[in-house]
Amino acid sequence: MTVEQIIFLVVAVVTLVAAIAVVTSRNLIHSALWLILTLFGVAVFYVLLDAGFFAVIQVIVYIGAIAILFIFASMLTRRVMQDTGPQSNSNWWLGALIALLLFGGIALVLISWQGFTTLAPILTGQSGQLSQLGLALVSPDQYVLPFELASVLLVAGMIGAIFVAGDKKQ
Amino acid sequence: MIPLSWYLVFAALLFCIGLYGVLARKNAIGILLGIELMLNAVNVNLIAFWRYRSPGGIAGQAFAIIVFAVAAAEVAVGLALIISIYRRRSSVVANDMNMMKW
Repeated sequence: MTVEQIIFLVVAVVTLVAAIAVVTSRNLIHSALWLILTLFGVAVFYVLLDAGFFAVIQVIVYIGAIAILFIFASMLTRRVMQDTGPQSNSNWWLGALIALLLFGGIALVLISWQGFTTLAPILTGQSGQLSQLGLALVSPDQYVLPFELASVLLVAGMIGAIFVAGDKKQ
Repeated sequence: MIPLSWYLVFAALLFCIGLYGVLARKNAIGILLGIELMLNAVNVNLIAFWRYRSPGGIAGQAFAIIVFAVAAAEVAVGLALIISIYRRRSSVVANDMNMMKW
């Protein structure tokens, strides 16, 4: 057991327990707070995978924006589902069964794949550098089209959110 | 050294927990929380495959960036819809959202 492995196992257990709390907790605010812990755990995995930039984006975009948006939305709609009645629908056992079956299927596919236990190759020279990713996102023969599409999608999402959630009566 | 399998099993577990949340939650915001978990699991997979299979390439990272952008847009529009429905119906239960049924 190396130090890396111990860190991985501890963070994985904490993240998975937090994820289970996200989907089972009765109070939606608690769910959103557990989600923040889950997202932090995933950020640690990005660091372990030598993708520090993604850990930073994870903290800024997911925790700083998305999780806060969830907390605000559950505060705005709090009165109705205030801790009364069951929080899961009557078919929850079917959902659990489907999730378990999906995990079994994924595990079967993964075990039969021979690259399953490969170790990480050592990063050499240029690979994994942030400048490479930046250049790839704006060079016309690589990813400039998906990049521009993503920006159009974000603008459309922003305008759509303002239009849908805005109060028309004022 | 951590083998690739650990990341893949972790991501599969996270994805299945998120799927359970999507299928079992009554509250529409809870369903969106489950979707966030699933998107995160996919991102862990993308970055893990980039690191272990093709660290010289850039495709895995580029796709992960796109997933981040799509997740942000999806949450903004989804929560706006839920708030708009809450304003009309005073409810965030997914079962009550039947205004488009005739």
